[in-house]
Amino acid sequence: MPLVTDSDAELVARCRSGDDEAWRELVARFSRYVYAIVIQAYRLPAADAEDVFQEVFARTYERLEDLRDDASIRPWIGQLTRRLCVDHLRSRKREGELEPIEQGAPDATLARIEEALSIREGLKLLSAECQEILDRFFSRDESYETISGALGIPGGTVASRISRCLAKLREQLAEGRTASPAPSGEA
Amino acid sequence: MTLRSELELAELLELLPPAPEAWVRSAQELPPVHRRLDDLVAHALADDEYRRQLTADLEAALAEAGVVPERSLVQALRRRLAPGD
Repeated sequence: MPLVTDSDAELVARCRSGDDEAWRELVARFSRYVYAIVIQAYRLPAADAEDVFQEVFARTYERLEDLRDDASIRPWIGQLTRRLCVDHLRSRKREGELEPIEQGAPDATLARIEEALSIREGLKLLSAECQEILDRFFSRDESYETISGALGIPGGTVASRISRCLAKLREQLAEGRTASPAPSGEA
Repeated sequence: MTLRSELELAELLELLPPAPEAWVRSAQELPPVHRRLDDLVAHALADDEYRRQLTADLEAALAEAGVVPERSLVQALRRRLAPGD
């Protein structure tokens, strides 16, 4: 998990100045968010999902100059992704290739994805080890064995560490702490 | 923020898996690719015959410029060559 140093607005400003490294960071920061919308909310097949994913970032790159508020890049990317998914589904539906998605399902899932982003923000309040172990187990769906090997910790302690880190996350969120400064982090 | 159980937190974390690495890498390489598109568009604006060749087969033009002609890039080039752009 990369160390986040720039806010979203700072990152966008760096991208706009032609900083390629900043662009790579921006893609890393928002790739999970875009992927979740495309795959989980709109349930696009993998090949279509990749097209939309790439289109989102291509248009983001082209339109950074037009962004009115650099700090609003996350909702802007979210809206762009949703619009491109809908356009894609309409196009496929016209071609008779896809069944229409269940009415209302995307909105419910989109709301959950936004909640999940807030929870991921909370991860930044934890130690680097806790961030990594929770990400590997829950988000990357890695086994205890894989985590044990990757982090060099005894296999028998992985479950207890996950449990401890999850409890710590809940505790931090319950205390109402927020990660600072204000970037969205790797969304 | 609503107080959530550990189970709910776990379910929410599961909602954000990483995107496939190849997808992310491809998106991260957009700046140099777009600089190549800039060159193609500049050439096309200065040379009508080249513009005709380019618009006749965008995929081939991208490939010739050393750019993998992914759909999003073909569309980006098409947008930039569209009348009024």
